Amino acid sequence: MIPALEISGLSATLANGARVLRSVSLTVEPGEVRALVGESGAGKSMIGKAVLGVLPPSVRIAEGRIGLEGTDLGDLSAKARRALIGAKTALIPQDPLTALNPSRRIGPQTTDRLTKILGWDGTRADARIRQLLDEVQIRDPERVLRSYPHELSGGMRQRVLIAAAFAAEPRLIVADEPTTALDVTVQKQILRLIAALQREHGTAILFVTHDLGVVAKISQKVTVLYAGKVVEEADTPALFADPKHPYTRALMAATPKYTDPFASLKPVDEAVLAGLATEIAAADRDWRAPHG
Amino acid sequence: MILQRFLTRLLTMAVTLFGVAVVVFVVIRIAPGDPIAMMLPPGASQADIDRLRALYGLDKSIVEQFFIWLAGVLHGDFGTSISLRQDVLGLVMNRLPATLELSIVALLIAVAVGGVLAVIGARERGTAVEAGIDVANGAALSIPDFLWGLAFILVFGVLWPVFEISGRVSPRLELPFVTQFYLFESIFRLRFDLTKDLLSHMFMPALALALPLAAIIAQLLKQSLKELLSLDYVVLARVKGFSETQVILREALKNAALPTLTLVGVQFTFLIGGTVIVERLFSYEGLGNMAIDAVINRDLPLIQGIVLVFALLFVLINLAVDMLYAVLNPRLRHG
Repeated sequence: MIPALEISGLSATLANGARVLRSVSLTVEPGEVRALVGESGAGKSMIGKAVLGVLPPSVRIAEGRIGLEGTDLGDLSAKARRALIGAKTALIPQDPLTALNPSRRIGPQTTDRLTKILGWDGTRADARIRQLLDEVQIRDPERVLRSYPHELSGGMRQRVLIAAAFAAEPRLIVADEPTTALDVTVQKQILRLIAALQREHGTAILFVTHDLGVVAKISQKVTVLYAGKVVEEADTPALFADPKHPYTRALMAATPKYTDPFASLKPVDEAVLAGLATEIAAADRDWRAPHG
Repeated sequence: MILQRFLTRLLTMAVTLFGVAVVVFVVIRIAPGDPIAMMLPPGASQADIDRLRALYGLDKSIVEQFFIWLAGVLHGDFGTSISLRQDVLGLVMNRLPATLELSIVALLIAVAVGGVLAVIGARERGTAVEAGIDVANGAALSIPDFLWGLAFILVFGVLWPVFEISGRVSPRLELPFVTQFYLFESIFRLRFDLTKDLLSHMFMPALALALPLAAIIAQLLKQSLKELLSLDYVVLARVKGFSETQVILREALKNAALPTLTLVGVQFTFLIGGTVIVERLFSYEGLGNMAIDAVINRDLPLIQGIVLVFALLFVLINLAVDMLYAVLNPRLRHG
């Protein structure tokens, strides 16, 4: 089966030559949810941005390939890449408060990909978004579609964004910490909705998060990232049952537990980090950015 | 909410206009130069001078004069021009359309040129193209409108005469117009031959007025666009598959235009102020050109009338900008 997403040996550097991604390889099979977990700054969002072709200008892909359903993004012209990403992928963004244009109504914002990029007619796009709004349990689509973003709550906006992401039946959705910016109570509902829609539509998801609790709930596969380097990759149950890498174990130990909320929070063990630093330094010695 | 804003604005406008009226009235009477002395031949008797002074009401105290004038203005009587011996309101209304047309054409040129440069600059951010636009903006900004006017007269009027450099319309033409809005009326009457002639006269003064404003719009709008282009909803639009130009036009332009709009309102009033010298330069028969004559002739009623009309124009523009801002910004509309 052709993977929905296949990344192999992806390295990225900043303008000053510093590596932010270190030969990252991962695949997301069709219909599968792969969590990409790591601390902030580990480069997990960077991978999502690379897949969607929206890396900041300061970041350059040095080597490696990104394949969307078997098509290598590097082989395409900028325009063709834009079109392919628009047709095959979608993004559920981190912060629903900033991911909607404040001066455009929800209706046109959520259907413009369908009508302007995929060439659907307005009636079909409208029917489609209403169906999706129903799936994310928005009961008054009429009002919501006519609203401006500031007239909706954060949770509502995230539902709208989820509906819009699924509306075009993308092959792959990148969910970039979609619950981080929300209230704890809303987080669970949103997570459940994403899981439900994912099952219903069979969409592959690359789920970027720093929260191991979320990983356990939503994903079948996990990739653990540290400093732009994959340190462990496993099926989700296997990872939780038997974490192989010391960093993964340290990360789990550092996760607060609801069963014991008063236990003091432990940072990741220093010795583990020192070991990782040595590992990464060794890898970087052998690596030289192509084209200088 | 909007109504309340509107009413508050109306009140401030009235106060502003009153203040302008007072200041102008006093200043032009303190300034040296006696209009009566200029009307009479040298050696006129003191009795003649006094008689003429009384005729124009200049023998009364300044406070009395002001309230007589103000009472007249409130009844639509702006007095009689001393140098032209005609009703001031009629003179001003006869010339105002020419200046309005010139200013609006200049504004349209500024918005079009500045807007296009801003979008191109934002799309090509960080490249030589953007740097080139920055340099051009700097040049356009650092040269005042009347110098641009002189340069255009030299280049397009003398060296390579493609545009008219004097007047508002060719004198040989028969004009069927009933209003003074020649340009708008020529379009309305589908007399495009006249439109072409009018534009040919208007283009250089309008461009001279427009260039500094175009540079300001280009610079400010480009900056606002660049700030917006890293925002989440813009990134989301790129993921949807929109090209960079589409992203700028669809997602960023309207939001970036809001801060620019306020500035354009203020700058537009400067542009209208600039018509005074630029109209003179191109012998364009507008209000600004008449203002200079009025000042040279110490024509107190005419100066007062022109300044008051300019002031009214400025407060109306600010009001329009305010209202437009509320319409364009949905958060203000519902707030």
